[in-house]
Amino acid sequence: MKHLSYFSIILLLLLSTSSYGNDLEVCKSCTYKSIKEAVEKAAPFDTIYVKEGTYYEFNIEITKPLTIIGENNPIIDGKNKGEIITIQADNVTIDGLTIVNVGTSYTTDFAAVRVVKSENFLLQNLKLQKLFFGIYLEKSNNGKVLNNTITGDAVHEYSSGNGIQLWYCRNVEVRGNTIKKVRDGIYLEFSDEILISDNNSSGNLRYGLHFMFSNHDTYINNVFANNGAGVAVMFSKFIIMKNNTFKKNWGSASFGLLLKEINDSEISHNTFEENTVGINVEGSNRVTYTHNDFKNNGWAIKVRGACYFNVFEKNNFLYNSFDISYNSRINDNKFHGNYWSNYTGYDLDKDGIGDIPYRPVKLFSYIVNRTPETIILLRSLFIDIIDFSEKVSPVFTPDNLLDENPLLKPIRHD
Amino acid sequence: MLKILKYSFFDLMRSRWSYVYFLFYLLLGVVLLFLNNDLSKAVITLMNVIIILVPLIGTIFGVMYYYNSREFTELLLAQPVKRSSIFLGQYLGVSFSLAMSLVIGLGIPFIFYGIFNSSAIWDFSLLLITGAFLTFIFTALAFVIALANENKIKGFGYAILLWLFMAVIYDGLFLMSLMYFENYPLDKFSLIATMLNPVDLSRVLILLKLDISALLGYTGAVFQKFFGTNFGLIISLAMLILWVLIPTGIIYRMAKTKDF
Repeated sequence: MKHLSYFSIILLLLLSTSSYGNDLEVCKSCTYKSIKEAVEKAAPFDTIYVKEGTYYEFNIEITKPLTIIGENNPIIDGKNKGEIITIQADNVTIDGLTIVNVGTSYTTDFAAVRVVKSENFLLQNLKLQKLFFGIYLEKSNNGKVLNNTITGDAVHEYSSGNGIQLWYCRNVEVRGNTIKKVRDGIYLEFSDEILISDNNSSGNLRYGLHFMFSNHDTYINNVFANNGAGVAVMFSKFIIMKNNTFKKNWGSASFGLLLKEINDSEISHNTFEENTVGINVEGSNRVTYTHNDFKNNGWAIKVRGACYFNVFEKNNFLYNSFDISYNSRINDNKFHGNYWSNYTGYDLDKDGIGDIPYRPVKLFSYIVNRTPETIILLRSLFIDIIDFSEKVSPVFTPDNLLDENPLLKPIRHD
Repeated sequence: MLKILKYSFFDLMRSRWSYVYFLFYLLLGVVLLFLNNDLSKAVITLMNVIIILVPLIGTIFGVMYYYNSREFTELLLAQPVKRSSIFLGQYLGVSFSLAMSLVIGLGIPFIFYGIFNSSAIWDFSLLLITGAFLTFIFTALAFVIALANENKIKGFGYAILLWLFMAVIYDGLFLMSLMYFENYPLDKFSLIATMLNPVDLSRVLILLKLDISALLGYTGAVFQKFFGTNFGLIISLAMLILWVLIPTGIIYRMAKTKDF
């Protein structure tokens, strides 16, 4: 009985979509020569097929539920005159278009595709080039942004836009996109319950991913590489960050991940490789860090202060110049059962756990925090000597900041 | 002078110590490459060794050679040879043989590893150049100390102290003054303080060439701006040359007036 009811619902849905919905075609020799014209003439729930060719159009406004499908990569060239497509209706699908030359303006944020106050949108397989903003979602919910390729040519931060921007959105899925050379790869502001997965955001001018005031969001399996500063997550709660790779964010003001005012979040199974600073933490509470790999970073984790009740467990700290940097003498965070490649202790009872605790904060990193200029003494013999004496008897670094159970072998994360 | 240089040089080449020194660097190079499998990492580790060990061995070896060859020097002084050429010849002989042990000892394993096909070639050659400079500087300083002190024990003591000061104490004072004056702009001060100590200068020169320089942050940017230009590089090379020339000049003057 249950099966039957499901079946009938699906059948009904199928029937309902096919019952209304005519097909319109746009090409040089078709009835409709331009997309704008086809959109105007189309009835709700129609499908517009855009054939191969270049269309010089901008300000295409979609105010009814439509499906626009590009066949053989049609190109819409905005000639730098303004916004290309604006969606102001529910149930709109845009698929397979290439959009180039979006206008640049300092007063209006022109986007290749903008979705305003709409639901159930689907934007997929789009190729956006030479753009200001790429995909701009404004107060729109329950939509999907899938498998788009966004390639910008941003040079200056002030004169460039973001790849995918979400503003006051809810329950949107952003998956499988490739974003390069824009200002911020993906930018979220006041957007909740967003799933960001399998994206590659690299070579961007500022951040690969930028969060502001957005809660209950998840991002998994993304790659963030070679971005100007890395990934910034700020003023947000209940964020889950899993299986992401942060690498080669290398520069004097770069970091892999910046956490500022992040509470109750989870960071696990990520890889931080060759970043100047792996994670820069500021004012974050109740965040758990588990099963992450920190490899060849300058600083693996820089704790800037006002961070309480954080737990670092089962992470691998491999060959970082500094494992942890701390700027206060009070510690309320727990380090437990991590592997530290700089650990020099022994394991007499052979249980795989070192018998003496590991102190991840070196005196030098404490000094550098106080007086940044002293970094010029990096790798000097004197520094090694004071680091050693501090290790033997801690005076300046918080004496309860230690890993009581350092592991002797790197953890295999499964 | 050339004859004495040649004599000192071959005398040292035959001695056990320069073989030990040469073999030490050979072994170090091989082990580092074998363990690391990464050229640029090996260069970093090597830098740590070079800026500490090269000055130490330069000073100790210089003082030792001077005191050991004292009788021979006295014999030479009885001959119609210019005084300055005796001491300068000895000094150059010692430093050339030490520098050669360093360059060849480290060069061989890296050449076999394929340094010529690697991008680390410039870092590596900078490393060898600064290493050679440090050898010349500290051997010269050692000769000055040895010439000034008849007493062997005192001479060795001063030599060790000199090394300790340059490699460790100077950085300690540097660090203290940076921390004490942390409220003031310190860019120029730290630049000058670095320039004045050849050990620090070599360390910073090599660090700035490596990836690790990004760690230096803002201070690093100031240094990069200075040393990254040709002007900065020339200034720092000039500084190193000056560090060789001044002690050599002192040796020259002391040799002229010294009583035996």
